Formats: sequence, C-alpha cells, structure tokens
Amino acid sequence: MEEYLSIFLKSVFVENMALSFFLGMCTFLAVSKTVKTAVGLGVAVIVIQTITIPANNLLYQYLLKKGALAWLNPSFAEVDLSFLSLITFIGTIAAMVQILEMTLDRFFPPLYNALGIFLPLITVNCAILGGSLFMQERDYNFTQSCVFGFGSGLGWALAVAALAGIREKLKYSDVPDGLKGLGITFMTAGLMALAFMSFGGM
Amino acid sequence: MAEPKPREVLLGPIFDDNQMIGRVVLGVCSALAVTSKMDTAFTMAISVIAVLGCSNAAISLIRNYIPSSIRIIVQMTIISTLVILVDQILKAYAYDVSKQMSVFVGLIITNCIVMGRAEAFAMSHRPGISAIDGIGCALGYSLILMIVAFFRELLGSGTVWGFEVLKLVKDGGWYVPNGLLLLPPSAFFLIGMLIWALRTWKPEQVEHEG
Repeated sequence: MEEYLSIFLKSVFVENMALSFFLGMCTFLAVSKTVKTAVGLGVAVIVIQTITIPANNLLYQYLLKKGALAWLNPSFAEVDLSFLSLITFIGTIAAMVQILEMTLDRFFPPLYNALGIFLPLITVNCAILGGSLFMQERDYNFTQSCVFGFGSGLGWALAVAALAGIREKLKYSDVPDGLKGLGITFMTAGLMALAFMSFGGM
Repeated sequence: MAEPKPREVLLGPIFDDNQMIGRVVLGVCSALAVTSKMDTAFTMAISVIAVLGCSNAAISLIRNYIPSSIRIIVQMTIISTLVILVDQILKAYAYDVSKQMSVFVGLIITNCIVMGRAEAFAMSHRPGISAIDGIGCALGYSLILMIVAFFRELLGSGTVWGFEVLKLVKDGGWYVPNGLLLLPPSAFFLIGMLIWALRTWKPEQVEHEG
C-alpha cells in the first residue's frame, strides 16, 4: 500500500508531468487562458491517462516485452518487439481518445459539449505518450501503472488549473509590450516549476 | 495557385515565422528537457530535422490518397515509423546520448511542429517543396534549441560543447557556476526572454490580448 501511495504522491508533485518534465507544454500554454477551460482539459487528461497507461502496460507486458510472447508458443520466447512500442502506444492513445469521444457523445452529452475540441487535441499531448513511455522505462506492473496514470494526470490538471488562475489575474497587470501574452506566460510557468521543485526532497 | 519560392520557404520559418517562439508556440514540449547541454540539444535538433523533412515529403507524396477522416492516424503512423528509425539509429551509434535523452526521442512523435507542418503544409503542396518547408521549420526550431542550450551550458557549468570556457572556482578559476541554469525551469526564463527580444526586434508580433 505504501508503495502505491509513494508512486501516487511522486507522480502528482515531485515528478509533475508539466512542471518538471515539461510534457504537454503546447496545450499547457495554449489552453490556460481561463480557469474554466483549463479545468475541462485537465479532467479530460486525467481520464485518458488513467485509461491508456494501464492499457499500454498490458500490451507491453503481454505482447511487446522480450519473451512476452512465450504464452503463445514457447518458440517465441526470444522474440523482442519492444522497438514497436512507440507506434503501439500512440495507436492505443488515438483509439482510446476516439472511443472516449464516442462514448461521451452517446451517454454524457453535457460533458462532451464541455470538453469540445480538447478531446481530439489530447492525442498529440506529449504528457499522455510521455506517461506511457515512463511506464515502460520504469517497468511498472499493472496496479502500479493504474496509480501512476491517475497520479500523473492529476498532477498535469493541477498545474494547468494553477497557471490559468495566475494568468487570469495577470490580465490586470502592466506588462512590457514585448512580454505580453506568451513571454510572461513562460516566465510564470518557470516560477511555478521552481516552486514545484521544493517538493523534490519528499 | 502560385508555388512558394524554395528560398522563402526554407528561410522564412527561421526568423519571421518561427514555429516555436513566434505567433504560435509549437513543439516546446519535448524541447526544454534536452537543452542543459549542447551535445544533447544538437542530437535532438538533427533528429527533428531528419524526421520533419522526411515526414513532410512522405505525407505530401500520398496526400491525394489519404481520406480526410482518417488523416490524423495516417500521419501519426508515418511519423512514428520515422521516429522509431531515428531512435534505433541513435541506440546503435550514439548510445550514451540516447540514454541521456531517455523518452524524449520518442516524444518527437507528439512534437506539435511535426504534426502541425504535416497538416498545414504537406497536405496541400508538392513533395519537393514540402521537404524544404519541413527542413526550414526544423532549422528554426533547432536554432532556438541551440541558443537556449548555449546559455544554459555556458552559465550553468562554464563549458561550451564540453570544452571549458569559463574556469570554475572549484578548479582554481574565477567563475562561480549558476546552478539555477542547470535546473529545467531556467529554460522557461530563457525562452521567455528570447520571445521578448524577438518581439522587440519585430514589433508586429506583439500580442494584443482582448
């Protein structure tokens, strides 16, 4: 139990996807203008992360890893397909996003309308693919990867909501012309990342 | 429709219309984490140039046969195949660098510049010019990457490309290294300042938020 708690806390705070690995920056900077849209996107990311990382974990464990195909036929024990992991992961992610979109459209129209264009955008969010790759690199098992998926999604959502809050307030401040918009957002994100580093020793 | 001139297509994206720090911010994702040293940044730059040039050309070759409803998946497949190639080549010939970059080579797939150019340029132009456009955009991206890496390595550890430039205090020199610049957040500040500099130089890019 403790092990899972530590993976969870680590993925939310210490190794925050957005602020310590800089994953999902494009959407992070583009969609953080208002808190409302940021929270919507954050929720979508949490859902997708929690589904795709365990799904990719299963695929990796039972199809791609060296010796993983042994259950099919003992003569496959030496087969190592892990070089195919990138294309498999991105395929899973794209498919999951598509399925989620259709399910939401059919059963939860209000949520679907609220998320709008953010759902398809998530396919190219580096945080999602990055999560799966970290899962592969660190060799998580199935339960660990469920916890890691949820944690990293939550961490990303937290960061984007916080940045959106700061940007809403920033609208009223007097920023030099050249820094307006993007420039100051980068600076803010940098300061936030510094703040998050203080979780490092935990 | 007039074909754009190769020269403009190649050089335009470097200064006037830089994909990364210009009007649209694309491809910041995988970039920031690899800029603490110049050699990793350089490897990343070369990989992106190769992937973007080839993917743009390949997508442009089959652009008339891709049904538009599944084009994202098709583009993704082409791009990830190229990235797997780059990843395997790096593992074979530059194992140390590839270990340092860990998952960030794979993340070229989701680098928005690659998708963005495929969508915006390759789908509507001929293969030759698309390849040039891809290389141009990748060069613009590489330039930013190298500038950020240069400052981070010089001020953070007193070296440029692994050679000692500023002699450190602990080796009997005079320069006290600034540890902040080795930490990832410094890349944010540097890019922020680059944007500031670019927009002061080219005021037409200043954003006027409503």
